[in-house]
Amino acid sequence: MDNDDTITAIGTKPGEAAIGIVKVSGNKSIAIVDRIFRSKSRKKLSAIETYNMIYGHIVDKNSDIIDEVIVSVMKSPHSYTREDVVEINCHGGLVATEKVLELCVENGARIAEPGEFTKRAFLNGRIDLSQAEAVIDLVRSKTEQSLKIAAKNLQGNIKNEINKIRQEILDIIIQLEASVDFIEEDLEVTPYHELEKRVRVIEKELEDMIKNEKRGEIIKNGIKIAIIGKPNVGKSSLLNMLSRKDKAIVTSIPGTTRDAVEEILYVEGIPLILVDTAGIRETKNIIEKIGVEKSLRHIDEAELVIMVLDGNRKFDNKDLQIIKKVREKTIICCINKVDLEQNIEMGKVLDYFDEEKIVKISALKGIGIEKLENMIKELVLGDGEINLEEMIIINKRHKNILTEVKKLLENARKAMVEDMSEEFPCCDLREAYGLLGEIVGETVTDDILDGIFSQFCIGK
Amino acid sequence: MNYDVIVVGAGHAGCEAALAAARLGLKTLILTINPDKIALMPCNPSIGGVGKSQLVSELDALGGQMAKVADKTYIQLRVLNKRKGPAVQALRAQIDKKEYEIEMKRVLENTENLTLRQGTVNKILVKNDTVTGVSIESGLEFKAKAVIVTTGTFLRGRIIIGRKDYHAGRMGEYPAMNLTNNLISLGFKIGRFQTATPPRVDKRTLDLSKTEIQRGEEEPVGFSIWNKGGIRKNIECYLTYTNKKTNEIVRKNIEESPIKSGMVDTHGPRHCPSIDRKVINFPEKTRHPIFIEPEGENTNEMYLQGLTTSMPPEIQQKIINTVSGLENARIIRPGYAVEYDYIIPNQLNFTLESKKISNLYFAGQINGTSGYEEAAVQGFLSGVNAAQKIKNRPPLILTRDNSYIGVLIDDLITKELIEPYRMYTSRAEYRLILRCDNADIRLSGYGKNIGLITSEQYKKVLNKENKINEAIEKLKSIWINPGKTTIRLFENVDTKLMADTSLSAYKLLKRPGVNIDDITGLLNDSNGDYDKDILKQVEIIVKYEGYINRQLNEIKKMEGLEKYYLPQDLNYFDITGLTYEAKEKLSEIRPNTLGQASRIAGISPADISILMLNLKGKLKKVKQFGY
Repeated sequence: MDNDDTITAIGTKPGEAAIGIVKVSGNKSIAIVDRIFRSKSRKKLSAIETYNMIYGHIVDKNSDIIDEVIVSVMKSPHSYTREDVVEINCHGGLVATEKVLELCVENGARIAEPGEFTKRAFLNGRIDLSQAEAVIDLVRSKTEQSLKIAAKNLQGNIKNEINKIRQEILDIIIQLEASVDFIEEDLEVTPYHELEKRVRVIEKELEDMIKNEKRGEIIKNGIKIAIIGKPNVGKSSLLNMLSRKDKAIVTSIPGTTRDAVEEILYVEGIPLILVDTAGIRETKNIIEKIGVEKSLRHIDEAELVIMVLDGNRKFDNKDLQIIKKVREKTIICCINKVDLEQNIEMGKVLDYFDEEKIVKISALKGIGIEKLENMIKELVLGDGEINLEEMIIINKRHKNILTEVKKLLENARKAMVEDMSEEFPCCDLREAYGLLGEIVGETVTDDILDGIFSQFCIGK
Repeated sequence: MNYDVIVVGAGHAGCEAALAAARLGLKTLILTINPDKIALMPCNPSIGGVGKSQLVSELDALGGQMAKVADKTYIQLRVLNKRKGPAVQALRAQIDKKEYEIEMKRVLENTENLTLRQGTVNKILVKNDTVTGVSIESGLEFKAKAVIVTTGTFLRGRIIIGRKDYHAGRMGEYPAMNLTNNLISLGFKIGRFQTATPPRVDKRTLDLSKTEIQRGEEEPVGFSIWNKGGIRKNIECYLTYTNKKTNEIVRKNIEESPIKSGMVDTHGPRHCPSIDRKVINFPEKTRHPIFIEPEGENTNEMYLQGLTTSMPPEIQQKIINTVSGLENARIIRPGYAVEYDYIIPNQLNFTLESKKISNLYFAGQINGTSGYEEAAVQGFLSGVNAAQKIKNRPPLILTRDNSYIGVLIDDLITKELIEPYRMYTSRAEYRLILRCDNADIRLSGYGKNIGLITSEQYKKVLNKENKINEAIEKLKSIWINPGKTTIRLFENVDTKLMADTSLSAYKLLKRPGVNIDDITGLLNDSNGDYDKDILKQVEIIVKYEGYINRQLNEIKKMEGLEKYYLPQDLNYFDITGLTYEAKEKLSEIRPNTLGQASRIAGISPADISILMLNLKGKLKKVKQFGY
């Protein structure tokens, strides 16, 4: 079978391994990876021997380094699929691995269907016939399983949404096609300027859905929140309060929390990974020093930082030092211990934090916790109150298709603006319609003609 | 009486089939119920139109007859979709029906190896699942190596007007009452469709001053690329509209309409609804266009396009008289509906040979299509393939990516028919490539390989292709430096040259607003001027390159599936992993290729993967011309 296209996929389960492997197979695989790989030795992949590994970096189109990697090349026919195969061993965790995958796609690879590597291995004679049934089961079950999972996870709302968009695209196609095939029928078809508007509306909807991919990631992998502050301001108490568990050791001796304590908290179904960092302070104690360093690293990785201040004490230099370290981050400022006498100078606090990002709490008594949770939710998910039930979450494959569809719609609109004949925007719209069908699993039918005959009075 | 090929029926499919077979050197017999009705146009007096025109051009490029006869007998030609892109432009010719019949009969009668004979076929003779000939109702038998059935609406034809009905092939013609049962006994599945035609009126009774005059093209155009002439005739057609009164009369008498009275309950073509149906389905629309078209140059009969009805004649008269300009119109022939048997076309291969009986072919309306053009291309293809098979040569298989004919055949043998099939450009997913203007380049190579296009003709096409490529290369090499002269040259063109960058004429032509005429001056040199149609091709290829390449890429993606034949003796129920629905559908249709399988409703990409996995090593590459 001629397989001219090159496929790619992440070969490791997300989150379960220390490294992530991006596999690329097909006759363009070496060329594609060569475009995004800079080896330490300046050597091109096309120049290295089969079954050799080479160290270097994956870079994006601005030559920014995405990840430090080891790439292995297995040339046809001595590979799993019997095609040229490149494996990229990524080290930067899930985000980096996915970014590498994305770069492969940008450079001409296609995301593999479930079981497609095995399928190619079989078709190219790598696996013998006795294994055929297993392969078939794999193709069938993986497809069905992923369909089931998709259906379950998305509660059908993505399908509904895609079908809605698909129907709207079809309606536009019908208008265009009717004026091509039934030119003499004197039909009142919708003019270009109105269709343009409708296309633009769909583009906007797609854009929103594509943006939600990020949210999908959040929902899947969680978001890291670091709780920081000088020693003994109540970080551990806050962690306990948020997670309603007694995990962190809460004492009033500064430096008790020597290591970072993690807790997963679900806010409306979204996992928030709370990290209670050791108090950040200058210290000579070696163990404590390690804790401080760890804390700093956690802060670096966190998407959101909760800075805890002690309302009972004055705002001091120690607070300021910590603030300086997290300036670049999204921060919520918690003024703890509101149940005690308030000695903190609010004027000074307001110099460093936005008023709407300050919340007064008592971690021990549970005062203000709900307000804090809402604030976290708002910052994490954006747009304030989010009803997850209504949110359309898409996965990477969906995102690629939707991005492609959006590009096609833009093309179609451009053709209309340039007043090109109807068959040209139709060319884009029909492709878009077909692509969306791939998401919802519907194949082409005679929808267009059915639409024309039901909407227009045809009949010379 | 032994023949190589017998063609049953002498309509548009039958004529092309018989001509192709005879011209390929095979002893051919064409049988017709009535030799006075050869290539009759029983409905609209026109050939071509959007989608159909493409079929005619392709047939012409392959060596068919329709384009030539149309060019000799038209009385008006129009270019449709003139303001749209090249891919959807089309020719439509008003034809002098009688002239068309006379000319086609003359061609048949003067073709070597071709025998015309009257006879109503009642039986297909079969031995060992292979056709051996036919018998006619008089009891005579004719032997042949291949038989092509092109019976149009004649199989158990039933005419309906108002509440009256009787058996007839067409108005005033004998039906073929026995062949259907023979086909059923051979194991074919049969369906039933209906179609209808509007009344014809006497031109002398019309007030044409109340209508809009529709004229044809003044510029010389024609269907056939092989012998281009000037404008033959330009006779007027007329346009008028129905009104509220028309709707009232139809509504008042709707119970008399066969679709209401229950006289007809089969599916008819949605593109030609009767006025009755239009009033029922779109009651708010009270202004339907009616095109008044002459049936020929030497007759006063006028065809009322848009007023199809099979109501009782006296009501037809009333309906007609409500229309502006037709107040006093007198009917010469009333409209009527005809119901007929067709064979479910998924029982055929890409070659139009039946899967059940070897060397038995079906073409035209009997396959569930409508339209003279759709019939003609099928006739041609079946004639060629019958001949090729007898001569032990590879078949002519046309595909969706090289022709509208390929789209038509693939749709017929793959999809479920819900109405008589008509071609539209929207059916062709690669229509930006499948244009009338490049039909010769796309297909005349096949015509030459078969032997229906001469080497000289083909050389002309190759020459044209070379010239086109040469001109494009030239455009790429011509650089335009923005100097005073060039800027002046483009003053009247809606594009601006940057003062500091030069660009190629090729890039310039791609800009919106620039067309080939603007840069022809740069292209023509001492070697002479380029022909107009070459320049036109250059313009299309350069301007729409992006779109064209995209479609070419899509074709390439599908190629892996299209090139592989599925074994016809496959037991799909033995294939592990297929869904039950897929097993059933595949067993019923028995697709020719993986590509065809992928287009069957209900077959998913996963099913195709599973087929590929199971059939590894068993798939054969398609052997045919061009591959």
